[in-house]
Formats: sequence, structure tokens, C-alpha cells
Amino acid sequence: MSYLELLRLTAPEIIIVLTALVVLAADLLVLREDPLRNRLQIGAAFAGLGCVIAAGWLLAVAGPGGELSALSAGGMFADDSLTRLMKVALLGLTFATILISTEGTFTDHVGEYLALILLATVGMMLMVSATDLLMIFIALELTSLSLYVLTAFNKRDPKSSEAALKYFLFGGMAAAFTLFGLSFVYGLAGSTNLNDIAAHLINKGGAVDPLLLAAMALTVVGLGFKIAAAPFYMWAPDAYQGAPTPSAALIASGSKVAGFFLLARVMIVGFAGAPGSGSWHQYSTGWLPLVAILAGLSVVTGNLAAIAQTNVKRLLAYSAVAHAGYALLGILANDSRGIGALVYYVITYGVTAVGAFGIVSVVEEQTGNARLVDFAGFGRREPVLAFCLMIFMLSLAGIPPLAGFFGKFYLFTAIAGGAVNLGWLWLIILAIAMSAVSFYYYLGVLKQVYVVAAPDSAPGPRSAMTTRVVIVVLALLVVAFGCAPDLLLGPLSEAIHGVRF
Amino acid sequence: MLAWTVYISFLGVLALLCLPAGMARAARVIALVIALAGMVVGIAGTVCSGMNGVWFPIAEKPWVKSLGIEYFLGADGISLVLVLLTGIAAVTGILFSWNVEHRAKEFFAFYLALIGGVYGVFLSFDLFLLFVFYELAIIPKYFLIAIWGSTNREYGAMKLALYSFIGSAMVLAGIVAAYVVAGGATTNLFELAKYPFPEPFQFWAFPLVFVGFAILAGLWPFHTWAPTGHVAAPMAASMLLAGVVMKLGAYGALRVAMTLFPAGLAAWRNEIALLAAIGIVYGAMVALVQKDFKFVIGYSSVSHMGFVLLGLATINGIGLSGAVLQMFSHGIIAGLLFAVVGRMVYDRTHTRDLDVLETMGLGRTLPFAAGVFAVAGFASMGLPGFSGFPAEMQVLIGSWYAFPTYGVMAGLGIVIGVAYTLRAMQKAFFSDSVETPAEAAHPLPPISLPEKIGAILLIVVTVTIGLYPKLLLDLIIPSFYSPLFDGLRQRGAF
Repeated sequence: MSYLELLRLTAPEIIIVLTALVVLAADLLVLREDPLRNRLQIGAAFAGLGCVIAAGWLLAVAGPGGELSALSAGGMFADDSLTRLMKVALLGLTFATILISTEGTFTDHVGEYLALILLATVGMMLMVSATDLLMIFIALELTSLSLYVLTAFNKRDPKSSEAALKYFLFGGMAAAFTLFGLSFVYGLAGSTNLNDIAAHLINKGGAVDPLLLAAMALTVVGLGFKIAAAPFYMWAPDAYQGAPTPSAALIASGSKVAGFFLLARVMIVGFAGAPGSGSWHQYSTGWLPLVAILAGLSVVTGNLAAIAQTNVKRLLAYSAVAHAGYALLGILANDSRGIGALVYYVITYGVTAVGAFGIVSVVEEQTGNARLVDFAGFGRREPVLAFCLMIFMLSLAGIPPLAGFFGKFYLFTAIAGGAVNLGWLWLIILAIAMSAVSFYYYLGVLKQVYVVAAPDSAPGPRSAMTTRVVIVVLALLVVAFGCAPDLLLGPLSEAIHGVRF
Repeated sequence: MLAWTVYISFLGVLALLCLPAGMARAARVIALVIALAGMVVGIAGTVCSGMNGVWFPIAEKPWVKSLGIEYFLGADGISLVLVLLTGIAAVTGILFSWNVEHRAKEFFAFYLALIGGVYGVFLSFDLFLLFVFYELAIIPKYFLIAIWGSTNREYGAMKLALYSFIGSAMVLAGIVAAYVVAGGATTNLFELAKYPFPEPFQFWAFPLVFVGFAILAGLWPFHTWAPTGHVAAPMAASMLLAGVVMKLGAYGALRVAMTLFPAGLAAWRNEIALLAAIGIVYGAMVALVQKDFKFVIGYSSVSHMGFVLLGLATINGIGLSGAVLQMFSHGIIAGLLFAVVGRMVYDRTHTRDLDVLETMGLGRTLPFAAGVFAVAGFASMGLPGFSGFPAEMQVLIGSWYAFPTYGVMAGLGIVIGVAYTLRAMQKAFFSDSVETPAEAAHPLPPISLPEKIGAILLIVVTVTIGLYPKLLLDLIIPSFYSPLFDGLRQRGAF
């Protein structure tokens, strides 16, 4: 492995790191005296350009067909068609997040803010590629640390600091658990490479070692924290509510997408020797029942808690918990179809979440808050954006022909087909029943937007052009992925085909 | 060609969304033109099909290749009958909501979206596609009721939406299970109907899907959304709700649950027939004691839809064709009844309380409304000469063969039906206890032309079908001999 080769493999990450440095330097050295708006827009232009170049590199290098799973750098880093697709999606989500923050007034530290978003993105890209325990931990920490700071960025609002502290304390604790679990795994398997670990566990055969079970459970804590699955979701509502809205969008979209992919890799590849079974009647110990518990708990807690929320950001946080539960079904399918379903679901969810948070930020600019009542009359004020919000909410609720519905259908069929004799049916029925519950609160938001009369107070400024365009594009994507799932499914199944996952 | 019923409706939605706000009149005209076009396409498509009810494809394209999902539209006699019903209900609904001024553009956009979804359901022969259209039809209903409704509208709208979603969640679970069990390679209804699902699987999958759909058809005891929803809904929405949307449920139960899981139907048909018969009697008895005029009609819908479900459970030719005919007939008659109550009476008197209406002597001030209600009432009672008669008669004969006890219960329901219809008619229009002549206080606006056209259109249809039911039966009966119903035919008596 030459350094040149390593450079080639990690080129997209390097491009983003360089962009982060450029943005930081430009803002600190050249733009310091300019008005805030200009600094944000120029910085965002640089950052966005970096994302585009990195994505272009990924697409150009992959070429038609793409090269298959090249485990590189001593098995630390995977670069194959699937990871490339994931990275392009992550870059797209970051790009959208950067664009919706161009109108923000929550910070003077533009350079640092954008640089941190880009660094978090690098962390997420590494999460997608990591195939070694050490690499996984470093990627997780890079992402988390950047996101903690991004959460605290609104220094004028004590809620932002409070949210960041909660997020940080929970995150630190979760990271400690994960590290502890990973140390057990290393002790059991004698290797930090996921494939070696799997080979070792399969060779041992027989019943699952209790120590391995402890290791798996501890590992899941950290990853469950990252994806905000119940019962590790406590930080999410506060972080979403307190964080500046674009930061919350990144936490809800990009970091989720990467987190799910990483969790899937660790479970399906790393613990391939100890799946166990969570089927009705045929329970046996392993990681499947473990993840199934997370999925079931998330779906129930998320949806039921969301009903009681009066703040849309908190509502989206609990809905994110619920969606984490649905997405986990894709991991439970434990085959390539499940991975396809998972990737489709989390990417479309990420797009929807960024769009929804974009609209929340518009409402916040106009009314100063994001309570449900602040959405009253939004349909009159901003008919186009309100329509987009309807698309996002209905997609989250799983109404066809939007992306959220097809994602759910794909997940349910993947997991139902993944087990003999419909063993996962209990979980599917639980998930579907809970998604019926979720209509109540999504409709509740739309009720404010369309049904409730607007308050008398004068409406704030109209939304900015950039934000509007981004949101409309995202809404179009949600509709397009829902009406023509093959748009995403085509490249996706091509990417999965032949990848050793 | 029939596929254009769907496309036209959604194009109409787009056209209305592009319309500048405040042009209520233009919105109405566009909506009416679109609905008329849909109705004409439906009629033309039926005539071109040769009027023999044999199944024919309309459009078949792969949609999601890797999952075997197709964009597959087709029609048989059952679809055609219901497409015709949808066209008529859509046009008359717009005629009766000619007075909508508040956010008219959005009102008709939601209205046409609902219609488009309904057409789509009736023409889908792919399970996934059918479900997509089915869910698509639920959302506009919520907004139509929540924004433009009257009594308790937000409660009624949310209740209706949640019942619908719970039903569709059950259906989705059943669809996913059926898809996976059948090999996970296709959602084409014909392919799935050929697949012999194991009997233990059918035993639980059938009630899941059937009840999921039947919730929307007002199956007792899951009917409670219907009266509150109807009462809360604006006039056009309650017409569509009773006229078309409840049929979606019955249609889904027939098209999906019964064709895919015939063994499940055979195992559960007694229970379903019992629930249907209870629904008939219960709905009628509750309608008998209502104070609110619209609740009377709301509960009568539950009662009449019970006939549809009872007919479906008989699994014999006459019962099934009666059930489909009853879907059509009830769609027309309920539309007429709601038009009188919601539009002609309520929009003028602003009350639906029968005790108050009793003092107004509406029979003299609104003779046209009284006449229409009398006709609609007779049709609703099932008098010969109206479409309700051949429909309910067939269901009764069918259920006499299959389960005589429930047949007798249903017959009892008809008798009570006569009682509540006459009671409502007498109280609202032909009461003697008129205290003050209504015209003295403030004269009621006369019945407008669109209302008259709409009412006459519906009356003509119900009388035509009542006198010559063969027109529709020739479409309905051959449908049961398509490959889709093979499994059902083997178990049924036809």
C-alpha cells in the first residue's frame, strides 16, 4: 500500500478537509470586516463548491460499473461502489444543510461554523468507509465532537448551550460504553478488523459466548446513541430544540445516515458469526434480538412521545426516534436486500428531514419560535413552502406516492422475506400499527398550517430565495424518489451487487 | 382511454393550484369541466368496452422492476360500474357545492385529488398501485372536512382520518405478508390470485385485510367514524364520503381480500355476515332516534352499506352482484339525500335539528327540496322502481341461500329503514305543527339551477337503474367469471 494509493482512496475526505481549512482561513483573514450576510454567503459558496468537487470525484472515479469492494490500508478502509454512493448522498445532504444556513443570524463565527459542518461531514464519510474498530471509533468521535460544538453555536440562547451540554454528556457516556465493548471484542477475537472478527467468531461456532453478548450490547449503546434509537434517545429532543436549526438538520440527516450504515456494517459484517434469531417462537441469543428490541422500543416510544409535543423541533426529534426504529428493520433483514432497503430509507429520510428543518428555520425567522402554534396560518403566508411541508410531513407519515411510503414498503418486504416463515411479522405489525399512530401528530402539524386561522400579529419577513429553492428541490426529490423509486434503487442495487457487505 | 379519468383529475388539481387566489368562480368552472370530462371518459370507456363486463387491460408498464411492482391499470364490469358512479357523484357534488366561496380554489383542488385517487383505486389491477391510490384518497378527505366542515369538524376529520389509517395499516400488513409469501416477485393481482396461499396463512391474513378495508365501508362495530364524519363534512364531501369513499372499502374487500384469500373468506364468512346484519339493523335503529337530520342519513349509510358487506359474504352469484349493484345504488341515493339535507335545507335554514325544522313547514317553502327528498326517501326505502330495490332484493335472496337468519335480520332492517325515512321526511317537510310561516321572518333563497340539475341527474340515474337494472348487471355478472375470481368460484355457489 503506497501513500499515493492511500491518497487516492481518501481523496474525497481530503478535499473536504482542505475546503474546511480554506473556508476557515478565508473568513478569518479576508472577510472579517464584511457584513455577516456576505461572509455567510461567500463561505457557503466555498463550502458548497468543496462538496460538489468531492462528489464529482466520487462519481468520476467510480465510473460505469465501479470497482468492487477494495479493502485498503490494511483492511481499515473500504472503498467500493456502495460507500461511494453513501458518500455522495452525505455530501448532498451537507450541501443542502449549508445552503439553508446562509440566512442564519445565530452566529458571528461563520468560518468556524462552516468548517465544523465540513469536519462533521468528513467524520460521517469515514464512518461509512470504516471497517476497523479503531477507525470506527475515530470516525464516530470526529463526527460527534463537531456536532456537539455545532449544537452550542447559538451563544445568545442559553438553551443552545444546555442542549450541547446534554448532548455532550450523553455522547461521552455512550462513547465510553462503546469503547469498553470494542475492547471486549478485541479481546475475544484478537483483531480489530471487522472481517477478521467475523471469521474468528464463525470458527468458534456453538452457543454465543456471554462475554461476546456483553460486548455486542455495549457496542450497540454507542451506535444506538448516534442514531437516536430508544432507549438512547434522551438527548435528541433537547439537542434538536436547542441547536441552531441548520445544525439540527445535519444531526437529523447526515449523521443518522452514516450512523445507520456503520451500525449495519458492524452488526452484519463484524458479528456475522452470532446473529441469533428474534423470530416469533424461535428466539435465540445474538445481535438480531438485541437490535430488534431497539427497533421495537424506538418505534413505540418515538411515536407515542411525539403525540404530546407542542414544539415542532421536539416533535421531529421524537419522529426521528420512530424512524430510527423503522430503519433498524433493514439491518434485521441481515441480507443485501435489507441493506438496500436501509440505504434507500435513510437517504430519503435524510432528504425529508433537511427539508422539514429548512421550513422550521423559515418559521423561526418569521415568528421567532417553532412551537406548533407558530405554524398557524403558514399556508396563507407561504403557500409554496406550506405545500412542501405537506409533502415532507406526509412522506414522514408514509403516505404514497412519496418516498417515505416506498421506503417503508421496501423495508417491510425486505425484513419479512429475510426470515423463514414470516418470523419477523410481530415486529412488522408493531411498526405498521405505530405508523398509523404517527399520522395523528403529522396531521396535527398540517392542521396548524392549513386549518387554523393565522394570528393577528404581523408576519415576519418573507423567506429568502436560496432557502426556498433548496426546500422546493428537496420536496421534488421526495416526490421523485416516491413516484419513481428506480431513480435511487437502480444505482443502489447496482452498487450493492457484488459488494461483500 | 379510461386511464384518463385519473390523469384528468390530477391535471385539474394542478390547474387549480396554479390559479390565482380569489377566483372562486373560475375554480368552480374548472372543477366542473374536469369532473364532467372524467364522467364522459368513464361513460365512453364503458360503451367502448362493449358493455359486456369482461376484463380488459388499460395500461401495463413496469414501475419498480426489482420488486416486481407494475403500473397496471385495467377494468372489469365491477370497476366500470364504480367508475360510472364516481363520475356521476363528482359532477353532482360540484353542482351542489356551487355556493362554496371560502378558499374555493383549495376546496376544489382537494376535491379533485380525492376523485383522482378514487378512480385510480377502481382501475388498479396491481396490489401496490391500488394501495397507493387508496391512501392518496384519504388525505384530501381530512382537509375537506377539517377546513370546510361544520359541526365538530376537526374532531370528525381526525376521527375519520385515523380510522382510515388504522384500516390501511391493517391492509398494508396483509399486503406485505401476502407479497412475501407468494415469493416476493410480483404485486400483479392476477398473479397473486393464482398463487395458492396456505390455508393457515389465509385464516389470519383474510380478516386482517378484509376488516382493514371494511372499516372504510362502515363495518359494524368500526363504523363510528361514518356518522360523525358525514355530519362534520361539508356537503360535497359528505356526498363523496357516502357516495364513493365508503365504496372504496367495499371494493377493496372484494377485489383484494376475497380474491386473494378465498379460503379465509370461507372460514370467516359467517362472522362477517353477522357483523353486516347487525350493522344493518343497528344503523337503522339508531337512525330512527336521531335529532340531527344529517345523523339520520349518516346512520342510514351504515345500514345500507351493511347490505353490501352481507352480499359479499354470501359468495353466491346473486348476492355478489347484488352487493356491487348496491354499492352503485347507495352511492346515488346517499348523494341525493345528503344534497337535500346539507345543501338545500341546511345552507338555507342553518339548522339540522329535526325539532326546529318541524316548525318551519319546509314542505311549503321549499317544495322542490321536499319533492327530491321524498323521491330519495322512497329510493332509500327500497321501493320498486328505484335502484335500491333490485340491489337489496338480490342481496336478500343471496343471503337467504347462504344464511337465512341474517337474511331475515336484513329484511327487518329494511322495515326499520322505512320507519326512519318516513319519520325524517314527515318531521322535516310535512309537519302540521308549523308555528310561524317561515317566509314572514326571512324568506329562504330559492333552489338554484345547479342544484336542480344535480338533483334531477341523480333521480334519473336511480330510476333508470331501478327500472332496468340489466344495464349494470350485464357489466357486473360477467366480471365474476374472470380469472381473478377463480378461487372464489370454486368455493362459492356460482
